[in-house]
Amino acid sequence: MDAKELIARRVALELHDWTLVNLGIGLPTLVARYVPPGIRVAFQSENGIIGFGARPPEGMEDPDLTDAGGGFVGALPGACSFDSVTSFALIRGGHLDMTVLGGLQVDAQGRLANWKVPGKLVAGMGGAMDLVAGARRVVVAMQHASRGEPKIVPTLTLPATAARRVTLVVTDMAVIEPTEEGLLLRERAPGIAVEQILAVTGAPLSIAGEVPEMRLAPASAVVETGAVPG
Amino acid sequence: MRAAIKAAEAARMIPDGASVMIGGFLAVGSPERIIDALVARAARGLTVIANDTARPGLGIGKLIDAGCASRAIVSHIGTNPVTQQKMLAGEIAVDLVPQGTLAERIRAGGAGLGGVLTPTGLGTVVAEGKQTLALDGREYLLELPLRADFALLRAHEADYFFNLTYRLTATNFNPVMALAADCVIAEPDEIVPLGAIPPDAVRTSGVLVHYLVERRH
Repeated sequence: MDAKELIARRVALELHDWTLVNLGIGLPTLVARYVPPGIRVAFQSENGIIGFGARPPEGMEDPDLTDAGGGFVGALPGACSFDSVTSFALIRGGHLDMTVLGGLQVDAQGRLANWKVPGKLVAGMGGAMDLVAGARRVVVAMQHASRGEPKIVPTLTLPATAARRVTLVVTDMAVIEPTEEGLLLRERAPGIAVEQILAVTGAPLSIAGEVPEMRLAPASAVVETGAVPG
Repeated sequence: MRAAIKAAEAARMIPDGASVMIGGFLAVGSPERIIDALVARAARGLTVIANDTARPGLGIGKLIDAGCASRAIVSHIGTNPVTQQKMLAGEIAVDLVPQGTLAERIRAGGAGLGGVLTPTGLGTVVAEGKQTLALDGREYLLELPLRADFALLRAHEADYFFNLTYRLTATNFNPVMALAADCVIAEPDEIVPLGAIPPDAVRTSGVLVHYLVERRH
């Protein structure tokens, strides 16, 4: 299992039944493949759809039906499309149970940076600032370190996405919960020791007793039955 | 009965230096024929207000490639390296606005509101130099309305009153921009007879649309 699948299958356990969830571009998108059995989740894409499905067969793509990354998608039975004002009312208005976003850095306060590396990459925040400000739960899905450099740092050196403390950070090595008292090491990846995690974590991690190995959602094949599967 | 115009006529109405809102999300739902006509007439100095600048050679990316825009007010340029290069070279000014804030600022501009109070951007560079307000114990950022000289929309169907419909994720910013510009030009995929669009299906009333571009031949 590669690192991305591991992260996606752990994040999938955070999905709550009968809720609206927004997955960011890239790694977070993989979470949709591992919705645990019996859980019904509606996925939103902020360009204006709830209930997008897999990419249609070659030559059958609809140029007016894409996800937020611009990739062709389908629409599941029961899907709903809407304009950008409605899309962000859903995001900001407390209607979104969870968003899963990629991250460049998370700091000891639990703040996320994921939209700009000054002088190098100026992607723009897109919908990320609204998602972090508005979702009930914000889960960061990212690699624990980048070429050995910690991405979990004492204080952000990159521009913050929001002042808000994120709910959970899931990496290829650990599950970390930012709290008022700092970062709490909740779980470790299979085969990874606590010392290995601490060695590539820039911010202090508190540990309460034994750190269990992370559980993962099953690697079952996705069966798309409707906009809210199940 | 109102008549449709050619995309080139639409492009001639838009003077150099104008501000233009352009619908679309990574070029999905962007009026490609009007954009092509602006490139063909070598428009200059446009301020583009849109979700993003798409990709080189696609949608709004074509305006960036051709040097038509001197300023972009957008939420994202990560998919367009040309925009990033031109920004770093000082050839184009880019104002990055959170996507939901952009939508609400345009809505405010078209709805007669003096601004929007949003939690988005608090504690970030977006809040720099802006007023914050505390209401009922929650803090908000005051974001001001956005309007433009022109709104360039892509619709799915238009009828002879210029009533418009949109399709799927090609809807995005088009309906809200229809309210926020002095002159609204729509480029439809299809033009259908009056009555062919049921009242409930009309997403933008024809009263908001000044010009309609001919359907593709």
